Amino acid sequence: MSSSPPNSSGPLLGLSSAVTKGESFDMQPASEPNRRNWMIACGAVGAGAAAAVAVPFLGSMAPSEKARSAGAPVEVDISDIPVGGVKIVEWRGKPVWVVRRTPEMVKGLEALNSQLADPTSDRTDYPVPAYAKNIHRSIKPEVLVTVGICTHLGCSPVSKFETGEASGISADWPGGFFCPCHGSTFDSAGRVFANKPAPDNLEVPRHMYLSDSRIVIGQDEQGEA
Amino acid sequence: MAAEKIVQADGLLGWVDRRFPLISLYKAHLSEYYAPKNFNFFYFFGSLAMLVLVLQIVTGIFLVMHYKPDASLNAAGIPVAFASVEYIMREVPFGWLIRYMHSTGASAFFAVIFLHMFRGLIYGSYREPRELIWIFGCLIFLCLMAEAFMGYLLPWGQMSYWGAQVIVNLFAAVPFIGPDLAIWIRGDFVVGDATLNRFFAFHVIALPLVLLGLVAAHIIALHEVGSNNPDGVEIKAKKDSNGIPLDGIPFHPYYTVHDIVGFAGFAILFFAVVFFAPEFGGYFLEFNNFIPADPLVTPAHIAPVWYFTPYYSMLRATTDVFMWVMVASAGLGALAFLRMSGSGLIKVAGIGAMVVLAVLFRVFDAKFWGVVVMGGAVLIMFVLPWLDKSPVKSIRQRPGWQKWLYGIFVVNFFVLGYLGVLPPTPGGTLISQIGTVYYFAFFALMPIWTRMGEYQPVPERVQFQPH
Repeated sequence: MSSSPPNSSGPLLGLSSAVTKGESFDMQPASEPNRRNWMIACGAVGAGAAAAVAVPFLGSMAPSEKARSAGAPVEVDISDIPVGGVKIVEWRGKPVWVVRRTPEMVKGLEALNSQLADPTSDRTDYPVPAYAKNIHRSIKPEVLVTVGICTHLGCSPVSKFETGEASGISADWPGGFFCPCHGSTFDSAGRVFANKPAPDNLEVPRHMYLSDSRIVIGQDEQGEA
Repeated sequence: MAAEKIVQADGLLGWVDRRFPLISLYKAHLSEYYAPKNFNFFYFFGSLAMLVLVLQIVTGIFLVMHYKPDASLNAAGIPVAFASVEYIMREVPFGWLIRYMHSTGASAFFAVIFLHMFRGLIYGSYREPRELIWIFGCLIFLCLMAEAFMGYLLPWGQMSYWGAQVIVNLFAAVPFIGPDLAIWIRGDFVVGDATLNRFFAFHVIALPLVLLGLVAAHIIALHEVGSNNPDGVEIKAKKDSNGIPLDGIPFHPYYTVHDIVGFAGFAILFFAVVFFAPEFGGYFLEFNNFIPADPLVTPAHIAPVWYFTPYYSMLRATTDVFMWVMVASAGLGALAFLRMSGSGLIKVAGIGAMVVLAVLFRVFDAKFWGVVVMGGAVLIMFVLPWLDKSPVKSIRQRPGWQKWLYGIFVVNFFVLGYLGVLPPTPGGTLISQIGTVYYFAFFALMPIWTRMGEYQPVPERVQFQPH
């Protein structure tokens, strides 16, 4: 409304009498502020309407009921995992590792603390459930449950449980996980080594034991994740 | 273009304007583009058509995020495409709303476009110098029909499948090349997954791009000559000392704001349907389409969507018996050429063509000519600017009896549409045949009837009541 066409003839354009007789478009008599107020009011309502219209469209991009239901907890039978072996299950589209650790793997965890970025799992980006906030990052020391996604940019690391030169990593490799994408390394409790691209330890999902041979991932005593 | 552009704006606007004709485009098409001040209700439908186009594109984009064009059966035995539409309706947050907006939008598009074309028809908006605007518009109409037809296949319901089967078989009716043509269109020997996927490609990207290009051309052609108006007065004939039409007002802010009111009114009706009657009694979302496509069983009552029914009536009306009417029309055409003044060569060629046509009308099946009649009903609109020989543009200055002709044309179109929805009956077929003849006679005989009668003089200035 503020730009008036140059040299427009007011009276011939059939405008309402208040804005004719030689006044250009953007001059309002002081007694008639109504039009500008109406324009502002309508503009505000229009902006609100536009925001309201965006809601269903943007909302439709959120996970559907099917995607949500595909995120339900997963039960796992752990009785057939050999000592020193790993079982991979899918939960919410991600790989979850269930590792049956050897006693040596568990005993060697304390000594690694000085080499780790976050030895006591204090960082909050992937909060550890209370029952896993310990040196072995699990409910039972011999069974590790962790999400097999590197906390750097999301590749899935490979397991490297052989120690030393045989692993192909280094002579003093204590055993754990190695991410091939950018070289981050994790120990057998999923804790990330210092000075590596990944900032966080591997995520421990909420889980609980239904029996000695069965766990459920994505659910614990407090409910579903 | 001027060699040195003197830009008045400062700051960011000036920086852009020195590199892109932003301000001159704004002036040429908005703030200094002058439109007649006497636009009436019928002049809402152009901007409404643009609104519906944007609506269809936006809802379409969000639908394509979840839709799968796959005719194979999923684990539950339902075609994947059909199941994906049900997924959108039941599981995608607000999916039902987006789907209903898109399906209602398709019907709304045709309602708006029919009214938009009607405005052009009664006010003579197709007359010189606006013939090209009209031609672009007819092309848009053709593309829109193709776009709607292809979109309708995508839900892969019974109506989708069998409607596609019938329409593709129209092409099979073409003499000599028909069956091969139909196979090439389908990508298979029957309508199937190949057909579904290519129609998806056409519907989602190919035709929308063509439509956008045609709409741009349509508006550019319009802005080149300026809009017509209900009085048929050329507003550029009378300008003030600054070159501004006396009866013109700048499009912005007058018609931009005016059209927002149109949008609001449309939105009320549109969303009333979307929220309370999205199926519209089976006319917008047909009941048969809630059944997954079954290549082995055709539904008992098959009909095209409501916006195709007038043309469908004409197709069904073209029976073997009706072909004699066509022969008679060719005879009349030959007579017209005979009485025509001018070059002997054209007369001979014209009469020859009419005789050949009369013979072919009896040689080729009525099935083929039905397709021709249906297509001809749309194509004849292209030549309207050259059929109308009246001295005035607008219906307002035409003799009273011609106003009746237009009125009957409208009623006839509705009757043809209504009959197209119903199953065929002998009485219905006869009325459709009469209706088809009227439709074509209205246009084909225009060079004759528009030269008859007493016309009113075109006013000097538009009739406008300030309010």
